[in-house]
Amino acid sequence: MTDVNTGAGASVTIPPMVLADQVSKSFGSNEVLKGISLEVKRGEVMCLVGPSGSGKSTFLRCINHLEVLSAGRLSVDGELIGYREISGKLYEMAPKEAARQRRDIGMVFQRFNLFPHMTALQNVMEAPMRVKGLPKAQVEQSALGLLARVGLAERADYYPAHLSGGQQQRVAIARALAMEPKLMLFDEPTSALDPELVGEVLDVMKGLAKSGMTMIVVTHEMGFAREVADSLVFMDGGVVVEAGDPDEILTNPQHRRTQAFLSKVL
Amino acid sequence: MSSNDPIRPVAGATPPPEGTGDTEPIKAIRLRHPWRNVFAVALIIVFVLFIIDAAGRPAYDWPAVAQYVFDRRITQAALNTLQLTVYSMVLAIALGVVLAVMRLTPNPVVKSLAWFYLWIFRGTPVYVQLVFWGLISIIYQSIDIGIPFLEPWYSFETNAALNTFTLAIIGLALNEAAYMAEIVRAGLLSVDKGQDEAATALGMSWFQTMSRVVLPQSMRVIIPPTGNEVISMLKTTSLVTAVPYSFDLYTRSRDISAETFNPIPMLIVASIWYLFFTSILMVGQHFLEKRFARGVGDRQPDRKVSTQTGAITGTLPVIGGNQPTVVRPAPGGTPPTPPQPRDSGPVDLGPGDAK
Repeated sequence: MTDVNTGAGASVTIPPMVLADQVSKSFGSNEVLKGISLEVKRGEVMCLVGPSGSGKSTFLRCINHLEVLSAGRLSVDGELIGYREISGKLYEMAPKEAARQRRDIGMVFQRFNLFPHMTALQNVMEAPMRVKGLPKAQVEQSALGLLARVGLAERADYYPAHLSGGQQQRVAIARALAMEPKLMLFDEPTSALDPELVGEVLDVMKGLAKSGMTMIVVTHEMGFAREVADSLVFMDGGVVVEAGDPDEILTNPQHRRTQAFLSKVL
Repeated sequence: MSSNDPIRPVAGATPPPEGTGDTEPIKAIRLRHPWRNVFAVALIIVFVLFIIDAAGRPAYDWPAVAQYVFDRRITQAALNTLQLTVYSMVLAIALGVVLAVMRLTPNPVVKSLAWFYLWIFRGTPVYVQLVFWGLISIIYQSIDIGIPFLEPWYSFETNAALNTFTLAIIGLALNEAAYMAEIVRAGLLSVDKGQDEAATALGMSWFQTMSRVVLPQSMRVIIPPTGNEVISMLKTTSLVTAVPYSFDLYTRSRDISAETFNPIPMLIVASIWYLFFTSILMVGQHFLEKRFARGVGDRQPDRKVSTQTGAITGTLPVIGGNQPTVVRPAPGGTPPTPPQPRDSGPVDLGPGDAK
């Protein structure tokens, strides 16, 4: 927690954007997350790295309640995710409330998951219109602005099938941004892309990081992590093995498992 | 890659040709298929003979067909049949969607109930079900609306409330809903789970996700078998005489032939109308399928056809005359096709004929 002195003498506590406390998740008897505790500050860019099956994606999906926690506490912007705590007791949230929480958390998927029956523009406009109920003219204008921001203004009327993987992922980023989220989650955003298309997506993400967006990025792009991330978390076997400054971890990993992993990917 | 590229050819790949890059088009004598032609001619002869014979055969009684095909009773019956089909299909699709969603819910009671419905209505003949619906007023003399075991708010006689036309629609619709449920369920399951997740992550509700994202995409899978079902329903309406409803196309034409003692032309008359409706439905289905194929599986709208090889379009790789021949596997596993010489005559270059 950060204490900010407001000058008037009273100090207001600003909660971190994401606070995970002993987050655990099991699928049947398979324990995928074994007590993850970490904190993401406002405006921070955190990269989650680690071998496949280490639980990075599952943890990311827990943050917007696509997966339900088995144990622990997870809060975004000071608000508990998926549950309501009343006098020490947890109450499961109604789907409507969970949906309201998800509005403020943008998510970008490995396989883009654009709506194939809608054009790029319609993909970006869908949620602000249906979920927020904003007027069409206003949504269209801001959607075109977002598409221009990801460099796809002239592709607004294309269907996803007619866009390259990199272009589709940029539309997906624009679609998530259209809801004006306070936190963006990226689940291996470049892993399904041809190597030559990775750069264009990373460039958009770099621009987003510069604009001060809080981001959690599951990635294998160590160059991106070194250049853009404020913090790096190495996960393996459902636990956080090492966390800290990206440069420090990437050049001088302390843990043997981190060393072994990095020697393979760098 | 230009043809002057100094890169050496890799083993396995077709080496880029030297010099200008012009490749010699294959000039081969086309393989003849004499038996295909013989067979086709024989079939045409048999078909023509059948038509000539049928035109002159007295039992078909073509003048009677012409006389009755636009008879007021027949056209009215055709309209009734169309109404039976449309109303019962609309009901069946709505109920089918509900049943399909019921079968996909996590609630075991709801799931079992939907399964039980399917078991009953798919497991018994529609003719038997229609007879049952005809007898409904004997089984349930009155319909009461209210709280069970208390005095009903409304009560009406089954006989008065439901005429045979309504009963026929109910009978056909409830039977068809069982089949539609399975078609809709297959359609919903065909949509990638990532679509559901993407919509959920954007904060869309379950209903919004279903109606805006999942259902529109499942339509591609749902429409072709539903078209089948509509056509099947049109013909199944000939069974409503079991209710007994007797103003549909088939029953009406049978009734007329019972007076004229000339059944064969009346069967032809009914068949003409059934065929007319199915033809219209097939055209409608074609346009619906096109509508819901937006953004999926269709080609680039701006795909250009090389002028040198005007005959080759679509999925075949277009190989220009001035480019080196790069043998690429065509989408869908079609073997690569050599460029066709322009002077080889009007040869159809379908994927199957290229060999």
